[in-house]
Amino acid sequence: MSVKFSFTINGKSVEGESEDRTLLVQYIREHLGLTGTHVGCDTTQCGCCTVHINGIPMKSCTMLAVQADGCEVTTIEGLAQDGELHPMQAAFRENHALQCGFCTPGMVMSAIGIVDRHKGEKLDEKTVRHELEGNICRCTGYHNIVKAILAASEVMNEAQ
Amino acid sequence: MYEFTYSKASSVDDAVDQFGAAEDGKYMSGGMTLLPTLKQRLARPSDVIDLAQVPDMAGIEVSGGTVSIKAMTRHAVVAASEDVRGAIPALAKLAGGIGDPMVRNRGTIGGSIANNDPAADYPSSVVGLGATIQTNKREIAPDDFFLDLFETALEEGEIITKITYPVPDRAGYMKFPNPASRYCIVGVMVSQKGSDVRVGVTGAGACAFRVPEMEDALASSFTPDAVADIKIPDGDLNSDIHASSEYRAHLVTVMAKRAVAEAIA
Ligand SMILES: Cc1cc2nc3c(=O)[nH]c(=O)nc-3n(C[C@H](O)[C@H](O)[C@H](O)COP(=O)(O)OP(=O)(O)OC[C@H]3O[C@@H](n4cnc5c(N)ncnc54)[C@H](O)[C@@H]3O)c2cc1C
Ligand code: FES
Ligand code: FES
Repeated sequence: MSVKFSFTINGKSVEGESEDRTLLVQYIREHLGLTGTHVGCDTTQCGCCTVHINGIPMKSCTMLAVQADGCEVTTIEGLAQDGELHPMQAAFRENHALQCGFCTPGMVMSAIGIVDRHKGEKLDEKTVRHELEGNICRCTGYHNIVKAILAASEVMNEAQ
Repeated sequence: MYEFTYSKASSVDDAVDQFGAAEDGKYMSGGMTLLPTLKQRLARPSDVIDLAQVPDMAGIEVSGGTVSIKAMTRHAVVAASEDVRGAIPALAKLAGGIGDPMVRNRGTIGGSIANNDPAADYPSSVVGLGATIQTNKREIAPDDFFLDLFETALEEGEIITKITYPVPDRAGYMKFPNPASRYCIVGVMVSQKGSDVRVGVTGAGACAFRVPEMEDALASSFTPDAVADIKIPDGDLNSDIHASSEYRAHLVTVMAKRAVAEAIA
């Protein structure tokens, strides 16, 4: 069985076809070759696969590709503009918020969601730690990730 | 995942027709329970019928002393809704404590209630706030909906369309989350509306249940102390690697006490 769908990914439109059961993350990685989005678990718990669907963070391992039909998808590859890192990416680099980097794409996509949900507010550490519940990192102990998100939120709020 | 045929439903009637025509159909709302189940090959439906495109399946309405939440409303929307926060803050809090932000951005109230996971949050709100479940066929009373482990009063192919909560005078929700999954080890919703008191417990038993002894005690004195010495029998409670039945019984009293404290705060 196969299904057809169309969506935009990082601003480019895609006319896709896949098996009905193909997961969005599989389609992104294996059909579109965008391998920045990772798969770290099979229980919807690690958050490595987080992408934005119409600007909202979702776990692409727990969506079918066809469920993105008509949506705007953004992956980690779509964040940098004209060779310039997104403020969240820049803050992760600045604050050494990664070690192996496996969780990082999902962390960055979720982190942008945290800042978006608290637009104009001064984020605190407790909120950030709480809202990172859906992302698991095995290396960093989260400390620098939290620092990076707090730093990026200031830059992102100023830019608005 | 085993193979299946995916289709979008264009209306509730269309979904029911597609379900009837399928050999072994399954509805999908947020997919946050269904897809993990399929990924583990714990189910093998012939057809997955997506309700997400059905017009008018999502939204929140507050009127005449009730809060009505349509079935496809995502947890994040309920949690952030000014209407829900104003009318039943405990319900907004419950929705905001489900899983993690990405789960809340997809999971829906109708899917959660239809699924009736023993550790899910929303069932405690149906029982503890006295919500009516509207389906494509009928209204189901709060105390008649949850029957047993993953078993509800829904018939084959019946679709939940809306959940209607009476606005209580006050209510509180407390859960003791499983530290890994955030599902409830025990969750308790207490509410008071006039002389009517409800205590709805999730996580502890096969499905959500009320605790009449606590309700009677709270009806005479709506204070944490009123429930502090009421222990529920642990005989039929869940017991697993996360918590024994004795511990769950103990948590029911502790969470009920805290939920009352929150309701009167
Ligand atoms: C990592 C993770 C953590 C989670 N943590 C929690 C938690 O802490 N607390 C909690 O309560 N839940 C938790 N959940 C479950 C989550 O809340 C699900 O969203 C919810 O249980 C199911 O909703 P859904 O819309 O995703 O349903 P789906 O997965 O689409 O469907 C679930 C079932 O309900 C049926 N169904 C769906 N909609 C309808 C309808 N309108 N009428 C009739 N039948 C219908 C489907 O056929 C299916 O059998 C978690 C899930 C994950 C993946
Ligand atoms: S791969 Fe999606 S949550 Fe782990
Ligand atoms: S940096 Fe290695 S898992 Fe997070």
